[in-house]
Amino acid sequence: MEQRLYGYRRENGKVGVRNHVIILPVDDISNAACEAVARQIQGTMALPHAYGRLQYGPDLDLHFRTMIGIGSNPNVAAVVVIGIEENWSKLIADGIAKTGKPVSYFSIEGNGDLETIRRASWKAKEYVQWASELQKEPIELKDLTISIKCGESDTTTGLGSCPTVSQAVDRLLDAGATVFFGETSELTGGEHLIYNRMATDELKEKFMRIYDNYVGEIESKGVDLLGSQPTQGNIAGGLSTIEEKALGNIAKTGTKEVIGVLDPAESPENGSGLYFMDTSSAAAECITLMAAGGAVLHLFPTGQGNIIGNPIEPVVKITANPITAGTMSEHIDVDVQGLLSRSITLEEAGDQLMEVIARTVNGRLTCAEALGHKEFVMTKLYRSA
Amino acid sequence: MSSSAQKVSVADERQTSTHKFLIHEKGDHVGVATSPIKEGEKVTGIFMNDNTEVELVANGDIPLGHKIALVDLGEGQPVLKYGIQIGLTTQVWKPGDYVHTHNIKTARW
Repeated sequence: MEQRLYGYRRENGKVGVRNHVIILPVDDISNAACEAVARQIQGTMALPHAYGRLQYGPDLDLHFRTMIGIGSNPNVAAVVVIGIEENWSKLIADGIAKTGKPVSYFSIEGNGDLETIRRASWKAKEYVQWASELQKEPIELKDLTISIKCGESDTTTGLGSCPTVSQAVDRLLDAGATVFFGETSELTGGEHLIYNRMATDELKEKFMRIYDNYVGEIESKGVDLLGSQPTQGNIAGGLSTIEEKALGNIAKTGTKEVIGVLDPAESPENGSGLYFMDTSSAAAECITLMAAGGAVLHLFPTGQGNIIGNPIEPVVKITANPITAGTMSEHIDVDVQGLLSRSITLEEAGDQLMEVIARTVNGRLTCAEALGHKEFVMTKLYRSA
Repeated sequence: MSSSAQKVSVADERQTSTHKFLIHEKGDHVGVATSPIKEGEKVTGIFMNDNTEVELVANGDIPLGHKIALVDLGEGQPVLKYGIQIGLTTQVWKPGDYVHTHNIKTARW
C-alpha cells in the first residue's frame, strides 16, 4: 500500500524531510563559538569541522561550495554562520540566502567569542522558534533527492543489500525523483559499465576525465589502490579484488541512464534523474558532499557493518549479512538477509526498503540518527597555503 | 576449462532451500557461501539468474560470504562473477576450492 508522504517545502520549492536549524562554522577556529550557541539554544545543531583557513584555488572553491550547499540543503530550515573573518562568513551566508531561507552571519574578529556567542544565540533562538512552527505538507517521491553509497562491503552487499537499493533506485527514478551515486575510485573494474550508461557522449567524456584524474592522482603518489582497496574489512567479508568490490558497488545503481555528472558538492541543474557525483569512497566525506549537493535522504547498503550517519540527511542502513544483522542490529534499518536464505524475493526486499524510506521521510528516526551519528567531514583536495 | 558444475534441478525461488551458496549468473566461475561450509562437505548452490542448482564437494572450510570455485581453471586465467571478469587466478583451481586472495588477484595491477 502506498504510504502518504509529508515533508517541508522550502522557500525555493525544494523539499526536505528534516527541519534542522544549523550553526555553521566557516573555519576550524569558529567551532567553539558554534558549539556554545548550539549548547545554549535547544534544537539547534553545530557542525564543527577541521578546515576553512588558508585554503586556495579549487580546494577553497570546494570548501565554499560544501558550506553553502549544506546550508542550502532542504533539510535545513535556517542557518547561523559564524567565522573568524567577515568576508568569508558573508560570502557563505549570501550563497545560502539565495534559497530564500533565513540566514545570518557573525564574525569573531574584533568581537571575541563571548560577544559573538551572545549575538548569534539571539538569532539562533529566533530561528529555532520560527522553524518549530513550520508545518509538513503532502509531498511526492518526485520531490525527493536521494543519495546512495555503500560501505564495509562484502560479498553479501553484491548479493543482497545493493540489489535491494537498486530496486528502490529504479522505482524512485520511475516516480520522478533524483538520485546521486558517486565513489569514483571504487568504480574501478566496472567503470566501463557506468561509462556505457551515460546519456550523452559529452557525459561519457566528462565521466572518464574525472575517473582518470582520480585514479591518476592516486598513482601519482607512487602507489596503487591495492593498499587500501579492497579494505581489510572487505577482505574479511570475502571480497578478493577491487573489480569484485566495484561490481557489488555498481549493483546498487539501478538500471537507468545517467543524466548528469556532478563535481563534488555540486547541485544538479538538469532536472530529476540519476546523477554521478565525483566523490571519495570514504563514507563520511562522500555523504557530506552528497548532502551539500542537496540530497535529503541516504540509502546505505553494508555488509560487515558500517555505522556511518550524517547530521543533515538521515542515513538508512540495509544489510543482507545475517551475522551483521545479528551482531550489529542496532545499526540496521532494513534487514534483507532473507535474500541469502531465499526466503524473500528481491522485489519483496525492494518493498521493505520503500516502506522504510516512506517512514523515514515521515519522521521515523533512522538507527544512525537515534544513535547520534553525525559524521560531518569536509573533503580537502590538497594542503593549505 | 572443463566444468564439473552440473545442473541438477530447478529450485522454487520461494522455497527455504538447503543451499549453502549462491551464484550470480550461469557461466560464473565462483559461488558465494551463504552459510559456513566445512571441508569435505557436499553442498548445493543456486544460480540466481535461473534458479538451477549445482552440487559440489568443498575442498576447504569456506566462511559465510567467501567464495567457492565452480570450475577447473589454470594459472593466470580470467575469473568471472556477475558474468564479468573480477580478476585472474594466481594458482590452478579445482572445483570446490576455497577462493580468496591466495588464488585470485586483480587484473588491474
